[in-house]
Amino acid sequence: MPETAPATAPLIHARGLRKCFGAFTAVDGVDFDVAPGEAFGFLGPNGAGKTSTMRMIGTVSPVTSGTLTVFGLDPARHGAKIRTRLGVVPQADTLDNELSVLENLLIYGRYFDLSWAESRRRAIELLEFVQLTDRANDKVEPLSGGMKRRLVIARSLINEPSLLLLDEPTTGLDPQARHLLWDRLYRLKQRGVTLCLTTHYMDEAEQLCDRLVVMDRAKIVAEGSPRQLIEKYVTKEVLELRFPRAEGEADDSAHLDGQLDGLAERIEQLPDRVLVYTADGEAAVATAFERGLRPASVLVRRSTLEDVFLRLTGRSLIE
Amino acid sequence: MTVIGLRIARPGAIASRRSLRVLEHDLLVFRRGWFSYLLSGLSQPFLYLVAMGIGLGLYVNRNGSLPGGVPYLDYIAPALLVTQAMMAGAFEAAWPIMGKITWDGTYEAALNTPLSACDLLLGDLMWIGFRATLLSVLFLLVIAVLGAAASPLVVLAVPVAVLTALAFAAPIMAFTATQSRDSGFNALFRFGITPLFLFSGTFFPIEKLPLFLQPLAWITPLYHGVAAARSLSLGQVEPVGLTVHISALVAVVVAGVAAGRITFRRRLVV
Repeated sequence: MPETAPATAPLIHARGLRKCFGAFTAVDGVDFDVAPGEAFGFLGPNGAGKTSTMRMIGTVSPVTSGTLTVFGLDPARHGAKIRTRLGVVPQADTLDNELSVLENLLIYGRYFDLSWAESRRRAIELLEFVQLTDRANDKVEPLSGGMKRRLVIARSLINEPSLLLLDEPTTGLDPQARHLLWDRLYRLKQRGVTLCLTTHYMDEAEQLCDRLVVMDRAKIVAEGSPRQLIEKYVTKEVLELRFPRAEGEADDSAHLDGQLDGLAERIEQLPDRVLVYTADGEAAVATAFERGLRPASVLVRRSTLEDVFLRLTGRSLIE
Repeated sequence: MTVIGLRIARPGAIASRRSLRVLEHDLLVFRRGWFSYLLSGLSQPFLYLVAMGIGLGLYVNRNGSLPGGVPYLDYIAPALLVTQAMMAGAFEAAWPIMGKITWDGTYEAALNTPLSACDLLLGDLMWIGFRATLLSVLFLLVIAVLGAAASPLVVLAVPVAVLTALAFAAPIMAFTATQSRDSGFNALFRFGITPLFLFSGTFFPIEKLPLFLQPLAWITPLYHGVAAARSLSLGQVEPVGLTVHISALVAVVVAGVAAGRITFRRRLVV
């Protein structure tokens, strides 16, 4: 793993960080640093250890072994002090259905020892920021998924945190709601808030993260900016070919045996399609047709983090 | 000696100001439902006291079988006051706390703030104490209206009732944190709380129980709460007896909180 020690003291510093639940190892010795002002991501499939890592950073889950400091403090000894400066958007909304939208923020401010007046001032401002002002006195329950998520983000900002932890912030949201959320997170980043998030969406990681680590099976398997990762592990373009399924074959492309050899430096045969990694997609298409191949569909696209993940683990992010 | 110093310093730390924030949360929720809560808090004691104290009491008093010829209404009024507080304490420590731990995510959200698992335990225990106080004060009003107390000391039955509520709430909260589903509560109420309600000297003196069952009554918190409240209400206070009863209740609360500190942390900090 390349050592990318940030110039300033890191907000989060982890070395050999492990988390075990009994015999099960959820996080198996990971190293990373998150610098102030950065948007840092954990990309990986469900069960990769992302949430366990986040919960340790959030000081709500004790570290099994290894080193972890947040704001330079030890979570085991200064948990409350760290949480005072932390904003947390957990995977489940955990909003209080018995309180109104505004009250959810007010009481959260009280948990951070804000006066009622100060809590109210910030709550009103935050509702504006997440575009929920007109729902202030409504119950939480009838809000849409996207609105609830925005409310949770507003709630996490009530203590004006310098570090925001987001665990799968847009999972389960429709595209429009996701874009609205990304926009708000981007604004926070511009204000200097450090973002640390987990996701299993490569587009989310590409949109939001300056730097990310790819996690798989409790370990970090790669680290870098989205661009760096794509350059390092995959080619610039990908050619996706789909072939009509031959009689009696399980895979669509099983009958191709060898016909694609040498078409590109790397070829990945998936059950439903063939991915051809190449610097020039159009040229590869031409070559394929010259060889007499007749795919049912052809698509040339830019490589994404999904391809990086496939390359690193041999599996897709979302299975 | 530093070690001892630290041990002593800790109780101060657990009575954290932050646990008051949890109480504030519960009061904020309560703001919506307080009226119907108070209404039922007044009607329940009234119905019970009229039906059992006055109605059933007509027959009991005719036989004159209670010690000292005490009217049955006066006999059961302080006991029902304490029993009601116990019921509220036990109930509130079961399902609502389970909800906050699991279904609603209330505790998960709170633990992402400076609040600790212990703050949650103590804050919600205070909340249960608050509810028990409200109910007991309302009960006291009904007792006053029906003239069901012989002594003005009955006022002190309210703190006794609250203490009894906490003596049930604290251990049950500790128990709740060990449960993954609410199925255990049915057994707890069916075989624990309901028999206590019936056989802890509420409706008849425990001396009427079979001899081998009497020691069982002595170790239940409800018996001590009922005995203390009754002695105050009837104006028949024995200082030693009262001290024993109160100490027993305090001991159960302290033990419950100690257990809860362990089970809450074990459940919530993983």
